[in-house]
Amino acid sequence: MKLKNRNTLSPERLPDAGGHFGPYGGRFVPETLMPALMELDREYARAKRDPKFRREFAFLLREFVGRPTPLYFAERLTRELGGPKIYLKREDLCHTGAHKINNTIGQALLTRRMGKRRIIAETGAGQHGVATAAVAARFGLACDVYMGTEDMARQELNVFRMRLLGARVVPVDIGSRTLKDAISEAMRDWTASVRDTHYILGSVLGPHPYPMMIRDFQSVIGTEARRQILKAEGRLADLLVACVGGGSNAMGLFFPFLRDRSVKMIGVEAGGLGIKTGKHAARFATGRIGAFQGTMTVLLQDREGQVKVTHSVSAGLDYSAVGPEHAYYHDAGRIDYASVTDSEALEAFQLLSQTEGIMPAL
Amino acid sequence: MSRIQAAFERLKKERRPAFIPYVMAGDPDLSTTRKIVLELARQGADLVELGVPFSDPLADGPVIQRAAARALESGTTIAGIFRLVRDLRRETQVPIVLMTYYNPVLQHGLERTVRDARRSGADGFIIPDLTPEEAGPWRKVLRGTGIDFICLAAPTTPPDRLKTLDRVSSGFLYYVSLTGVTGAKLAAEPELRSQVGRVRRAVSLPVAVGFGIKSPAQAAQVGAFADGVIVGSALVSRIESAGRRKAAASAGRFAKAVSLKLRANRVKSK
Repeated sequence: MKLKNRNTLSPERLPDAGGHFGPYGGRFVPETLMPALMELDREYARAKRDPKFRREFAFLLREFVGRPTPLYFAERLTRELGGPKIYLKREDLCHTGAHKINNTIGQALLTRRMGKRRIIAETGAGQHGVATAAVAARFGLACDVYMGTEDMARQELNVFRMRLLGARVVPVDIGSRTLKDAISEAMRDWTASVRDTHYILGSVLGPHPYPMMIRDFQSVIGTEARRQILKAEGRLADLLVACVGGGSNAMGLFFPFLRDRSVKMIGVEAGGLGIKTGKHAARFATGRIGAFQGTMTVLLQDREGQVKVTHSVSAGLDYSAVGPEHAYYHDAGRIDYASVTDSEALEAFQLLSQTEGIMPAL
Repeated sequence: MSRIQAAFERLKKERRPAFIPYVMAGDPDLSTTRKIVLELARQGADLVELGVPFSDPLADGPVIQRAAARALESGTTIAGIFRLVRDLRRETQVPIVLMTYYNPVLQHGLERTVRDARRSGADGFIIPDLTPEEAGPWRKVLRGTGIDFICLAAPTTPPDRLKTLDRVSSGFLYYVSLTGVTGAKLAAEPELRSQVGRVRRAVSLPVAVGFGIKSPAQAAQVGAFADGVIVGSALVSRIESAGRRKAAASAGRFAKAVSLKLRANRVKSK
């Protein structure tokens, strides 16, 4: 689907009431979960209009997360690369070390509004698990985090941190033992526990209202960045770049700029060992539309519709599907998508660490 | 009238609930599945649910997840399953319902899936992750084909939504006995009885109950207040432990035990 006229884009009108972004999104879940998703949708709509909710969310982002995070001019990196000025939005400085907590704060507040006492989450790299465990402790909620055993092995420190924060880490030893299987297991738990449990999904994935709600919670990133770049440079950036696993940090950054037609955007997917090897997570390179884990989106699958196992050195990008809203803006031509291989990412990781003294997440 | 509707009409006259066993097609391979289905039909199955494997079965517990993995391992495809159904139709007229997830159907093509179902003699589809809200394109393709689309209802389903499901569904309504995935623990009898009563009063379709029914005795208990009893994980785990050679015989013995127990406990009609 191509949108003919980019002027017709009105991002704040998407998704529709059923959670659709054009042909993407929606709700593809077992019937048991439908009432809970409708309740969440209603409660989120009410909370969004409630000044008390908005105040409390803003307060916690400021006092608990430490926002606003700086927009940092990477002077040495800019010089090293010899190109345009590079600014870094320092989400690494958020409490617990990543943007994930912007979303878990919002969803923990909703959990309390809905009167639920337990939260569950999935985690790939462990960042979302840690951010969920932290808000569970802060709000006095019981917390189980599902994590693939493959990811537990490569992200041992985050497992330790989750446990330290009082969460139970549930090992997932099925399928690829990574993020996609952790999401399936978390959804199965939720199917059984939905009456007293809220599922804090960690990215702009899954059934409606998750992609919309998580985008909204994460859009604080772009809202701040827009204000900060205008202050620093007196103009908007020419280009925004963000990595895309499920795509919550990218959507959070991009969303407030979607109407700024001069601003180009590139979402970067995990190229793994290279697209040709088949060992990657570049959904836009070789994926097709399909229904997976609650949503209609672009995913890596075989001819039969079986979902493929992905590969990336980055546990957080190692996932077969992409957020439905990304699929929409990809087709609309508003956001471009590229991929970088494991070795390119590692090289950049070292470059940034050694020129700026900032170690990014991998 | 579809073969499924006809089966429920006949059972209503016989005043007994439908016995609906579930097996995963291609577990451990399609030729074994053929033998298993024929044996189930011989031993008293009134309908057969045939699983179409999917890599990420969200509504299923570990037993059916493993069965799906074995079926995919043996190279099972949806096209292969339609061939199996066509072969089965030479030997049995038992209604066959395919249970899968939306993505395999979507990738095979909605129209092509329905065409293949008609040609092979499959009677209906259960797609647990295809809710009424998203089922528009699929229902459009089904219209006028006589192929049934069986929706699921759950203990969490509110009354107004039951009405919607009843309207969208055809053949029968699949009531999920528990808040959870397949193969979990069945709810206590009095609670389940009242829930199923609530659903049967609210809808016009026959209501078959599944998820968590593990033994002939439990089947009979549920059969006392439902229009049909679906037994999946318990049967699939017997097939798993019996191994390829003994799978059909083992499935048949279990089906016979369930069927006899169900026939011994005839129910009053609705």
